[in-house]
Amino acid sequence: MLDLIRNEGGRVAAKLLEHLNLTAIAILVGLLIAFPLAVYAFRHRRVYAPIAGVTGLLYTIPSLALFAFLTPYTGLSMLTAEIGLVSYTLLILIRNIVAGLDSVPADAREAARGMGLSERELLWRVEVPLALPVIFAGIRLATVTVVGLVTVTSLITYGGVGAFILEGIVRLDASRAAFGGLLSLLIALVLDAVLLAAERRVAPWSTRRSERTA
Amino acid sequence: MRDDTRNISDDARVMIALDGVSKRYPGVADAAVADLTMEVRAGETVALVGPSGCGKTTTLKMINRLIEPTSGSIVVDGVDVLEQDPVQLRRGIGYVIQNVGLMPHRTVEDNIATVPRLLGWEHDRIRTRTRELVDIFQLDSAMLSRYPAELSGGQRQRVGVARALAADPPVMLMDEPFGAVDPIVRVRLQDQFLDIQKRLQKTVVFVTHDIDEAIKMSDRVAVMNVGGKLEQYDSPQSILRDPAGEFVQRFIGAERGLKRLSLVRVADVEIEDGPVISVSATVEEALEEMQRHGSSWCTVIDTTGALQGWVDRHMLADVEVVSEVEPKRFSAYVTPASSLRHALDSIVTSRTRVAVVADENDRYLGVLSVERISRDITA
Repeated sequence: MLDLIRNEGGRVAAKLLEHLNLTAIAILVGLLIAFPLAVYAFRHRRVYAPIAGVTGLLYTIPSLALFAFLTPYTGLSMLTAEIGLVSYTLLILIRNIVAGLDSVPADAREAARGMGLSERELLWRVEVPLALPVIFAGIRLATVTVVGLVTVTSLITYGGVGAFILEGIVRLDASRAAFGGLLSLLIALVLDAVLLAAERRVAPWSTRRSERTA
Repeated sequence: MRDDTRNISDDARVMIALDGVSKRYPGVADAAVADLTMEVRAGETVALVGPSGCGKTTTLKMINRLIEPTSGSIVVDGVDVLEQDPVQLRRGIGYVIQNVGLMPHRTVEDNIATVPRLLGWEHDRIRTRTRELVDIFQLDSAMLSRYPAELSGGQRQRVGVARALAADPPVMLMDEPFGAVDPIVRVRLQDQFLDIQKRLQKTVVFVTHDIDEAIKMSDRVAVMNVGGKLEQYDSPQSILRDPAGEFVQRFIGAERGLKRLSLVRVADVEIEDGPVISVSATVEEALEEMQRHGSSWCTVIDTTGALQGWVDRHMLADVEVVSEVEPKRFSAYVTPASSLRHALDSIVTSRTRVAVVADENDRYLGVLSVERISRDITA
């Protein structure tokens, strides 16, 4: 494995970067789609079941099948990779955003309305900040899931460090495949830790409270 | 207990006027509130009280349009609330709810500053105002940087009321504001609120299911029946003395007389002359005074009229002048500002069977007996 780093160091770095890039885009686009859908579903409960149903269906499609299905239409492109990756984030993100908004105390909501916060101010100043810990839990879970899935996109020429796994399989080089797997695992662990630290920063009240009750 | 001087005169400006207000929910046959008409005068504290389902909370929430009335008009400070933007309307009205509803993710300071920030106050002005409110509510200024979860229930409640007062609104709406704390803290919060309200003179409408709280806290009590029917709207005294109908009578419950006693002050009734002599009097004069009042004891005052205590025949048996004995101290005495309930309590716990009345400077004024109190209360 050390040989691999010594001989192909530049490529390892490039693949790492690609991996992070694919993951970040998937999570950001996923949030952009999931957030408005989740807020809408939170306000209009009737649409929550259909939204959860459709995204749940997306989540259950095997990733290999999804990429195979998309390739004839969108080619071996970044778009194909991201469509697949994003669709796997939606269920997790929407469910957690709705659950987060549900966890906002009714009293805080009523008092905020009574003091003259508009619906928009209520969402951004009260509901979203209070939902953040649960939303962050969803982002962390989605991120770890996506980091793993990115390796599958190596089949359509992307794949980040998944490329080493694929090469390992093709060349019957177990240590190369293990190297790819290990890197992917490492990326997942590091990103999870980073997001946890970020969550502590944006929601200091929740950690301070739990420290007190602990 | 309201200070009688604080009562709002009948011709004070009307601050809140409800006219034929109804609230019906689709699919529900009975109106939550039906054709309610009432006025609240500027500076007045009004309690909406009644059993659950009487529409008191609905009525309160219609004033700041958290609930939209089905029909009728509501005018606050001369403006029809239905013609106002509800968000702007609410920024001009203080609002307190039972469970306070502080923002858990905001510090106490940020919570108090909510409405001033919405109104776009400058940073310094907000800072000055939050410090001022902390003083008024006797909170610790170190508390400003804490999160609500780090406060006690009573502290949270005070922060909630302070937050509602932050932008100095003329009108305050409070929904069971003292409901979520234990009885001892509740009494303290009530007293503090009365004290603050005496200074600030806000127009306050508050909802409670507790008739005693309504009596204690308000200038006028609106007793509501199921369906938002206003059964009686009058001063606590008048409601206790003269309940309008069986419903109100039942709702006021037992101890009507005792409740009235807590509203009437010693200054409001005629104080009796009790047996009293100066320290320098002779025993003969003292015995004569007791005889005149048909009593076996006598209050002792010094030459300035200040209360010294009391003596009885037994104590005077072996002396010639009153100053030779040490008068016994009264276990309790009352002032003109005390309630008759307090006076009654002193009477039943004192050996002399009367309450001694003295002013704030200990100057003896007279006595109050059970007979006098009961005559006044039945009058």
